[in-house]
Amino acid sequence: MATLLNTIEDAQAREICRDHGDRPQELLEILHGVQAAHGHLTDAALRTIAYSLNISRAEIHGVVSFYHDYKREKGAMQTIKICRAEACQAVGANDLIAGAERHFKTKLDEKSVAVKLEATYCLGNCALGPAIMIDEDLYGRVDLDRLKAISAAHKEQSS
Amino acid sequence: MSVTIYVPCDAAALSMGANDVANAIAKAAPDATIIRNGSRGMLWLEPLVEVETDKGRVAYGPVTAGDVQGLVGGGMLEGKDLPLCHGPTEEMPYLANQERLTFARVGVTDPLCLKAYEANGGLVGLGKALKMDAQAIVDQVKESGLRGRGGAGFPTGIKWHTALAQEADQKYLCCNADEGDSGTFADRMLMEGDPYALIEGMVIASLAIGASIGYIYLRSEYPHAATTLRQAIKNWEDAGFFGWNDDGSPRFKLHLRMGAGAYICGEESSMLESLEGKRGEVKVKPPIPAISGLFDKPTIVNNVLTLAAVPYILSEGAKAYADFGQGRSLGTQPFQLAGDIACGGLVEKAFGVSMYELLYDFGGGTRSGRDIKAVQAGGPLGSFVAASEFDMDMGYESMAQRGAMMGHGGLVVFNDATNMGEMARYAMEFCEIESCGKCTPCRIGAVRGKETIEKIMRGEEQSKNVEVLEDLCDLMETASLCAMGGLTPMPVRSALKQFPADFMGTAKAAAE
Ligand SMILES: Cc1cc2nc3c(=O)[nH]c(=O)nc-3n(C[C@H](O)[C@H](O)[C@H](O)COP(=O)(O)O)c2cc1C
Ligand code: SF4
Ligand code: FES
Repeated sequence: MATLLNTIEDAQAREICRDHGDRPQELLEILHGVQAAHGHLTDAALRTIAYSLNISRAEIHGVVSFYHDYKREKGAMQTIKICRAEACQAVGANDLIAGAERHFKTKLDEKSVAVKLEATYCLGNCALGPAIMIDEDLYGRVDLDRLKAISAAHKEQSS
Repeated sequence: MSVTIYVPCDAAALSMGANDVANAIAKAAPDATIIRNGSRGMLWLEPLVEVETDKGRVAYGPVTAGDVQGLVGGGMLEGKDLPLCHGPTEEMPYLANQERLTFARVGVTDPLCLKAYEANGGLVGLGKALKMDAQAIVDQVKESGLRGRGGAGFPTGIKWHTALAQEADQKYLCCNADEGDSGTFADRMLMEGDPYALIEGMVIASLAIGASIGYIYLRSEYPHAATTLRQAIKNWEDAGFFGWNDDGSPRFKLHLRMGAGAYICGEESSMLESLEGKRGEVKVKPPIPAISGLFDKPTIVNNVLTLAAVPYILSEGAKAYADFGQGRSLGTQPFQLAGDIACGGLVEKAFGVSMYELLYDFGGGTRSGRDIKAVQAGGPLGSFVAASEFDMDMGYESMAQRGAMMGHGGLVVFNDATNMGEMARYAMEFCEIESCGKCTPCRIGAVRGKETIEKIMRGEEQSKNVEVLEDLCDLMETASLCAMGGLTPMPVRSALKQFPADFMGTAKAAAE
């Protein structure tokens, strides 16, 4: 009985799979959808997706672990994506990262409750680096002061 | 009479506050009509505001929301020459000296306005293609000399020819919009600034090879482009421009698919795996996708810029396109100037322009005011080019002759404060992070490579470790399945060869 119940542990994940016709080839889209809804991918959601698409949990784990976007753990209150690719390095991304690490008392890609600094590799704003992204908003020519202001403005928006 | 004002909605412009500027203008000039255009590509001037006047569009930039009141009060609406004014946009040398074929409409029109698209030359190519048979379309593309803009430079017409020749119940067309190379943003600008050009190119390609389903595989770092593309596909569909089969079903169905943060998914076989919902592992070729690709069906994978060049080729003719460029590099390339560059942005030029012209005549040297130490051309897998080589012509063969790579047309500028040993270390680290893990030389080699460079830079047994590094590079070059592992040695070796002191530097001096 337990397994039967388990199969629909996550009603929302089930719904998202159904929206994608339960098609295994749409797994990436489904994972994006579930993550957008829950903030991260829970065990229950993954089991529900496996059941819905009729694929093994090993297969799902294989996919989830391959792509950098998918998160298995609850995220921070705010995630700041900081570009550390070449063009941003050329205009001081590493200094920005170091400054942000000190300011937010965390390390790049370290788990955090309040603000997480996440390394990213090019945001397509390479003529206006250093670039960062919060939620889906892109910023250019970011120095530490601007970073602090942007972070604070986003916090205000979301509270 | 209402004045028309253009404020870009390109992500780079938004990243510098274009939305705030648009809001401020709406407040300061409530009667003005504000059009949100793409970006002109003069990114150091973003947000670049343009005002329609009888002299044409007059440019102001970079405008902040705080500037708006003063500009409007000072006569911006009449196109007056104020401190931030650059005169008529089209006469600005950065733009006037370009050859914009693919980017002709980008920054000019509202990206989602189909009327503006048609009024500015859109749909002409498709109209002609609809009157041609598939082979004739393929022949036009062949004659144009168009080569893949995604990096490998493979002749597009030949690829299409192969796909056309396949007998299959289903063929696919995939647009590679993974644009992962640092220093590149032309795909993004095109998709945000003129998405219909890409869609029109895809519809023409679908007619040429006989594909009824298409995908755009877009990297997830581009949410803004995703929004524009979704709306553009919908508008195109609503207008009926995908066409219908005899039974009334749509002739071509175009889907947008998001990547999930994996550089390797820009490699075409990895991208196709990803489109099937799997891990993006690179596959052994053959078979090539044109014969057996997505779901084992004949599949064409083309870059955004390759496909977006097609409408021009069909509308103006193969010869008109091939008249630009030199040697076997025909047509134009949207170059991207990035990193420490004063006038960073998009420069579409015929192949054959020199790197020097791009860096200095267009780019204006560094933003920091320091000297340029090196330029990385062709993305993270491209070599570092030192100043003595800046006279090279930008073309596939002419660059290869000098040990450089065209790639996706990006140039990342590093100033003389950069330590190139550090950049070489980063190249290995990037390969470590982004390797798909399929082959050992890449997966393990990158980790060893990074560690070895660190040892060299710490001054540990330098000559021995340089040898280890060279051996590792040899192994990665010869035994990697794809260019990720195969070309990572390029930046590493070019840095080591041209800037050995950055690796050995003070550490060596101290040891001796
Ligand atoms: C590691 C790696 C990354 C790549 N990334 C991209 C990319 O982001 N965009 C792209 O169009 N091509 C990329 N390519 C090239 C593709 O494999 C393929 O050649 C290209 O999409 C074909 O289209 P084209 O002929 O129009 O260039 C990459 C190749 C490799 C080896
Ligand atoms: S070279 Fe690297 S990225 Fe390419 S197939 Fe091998 S492991 Fe994967
Ligand atoms: S390298 Fe940072 S945005 Fe492209």
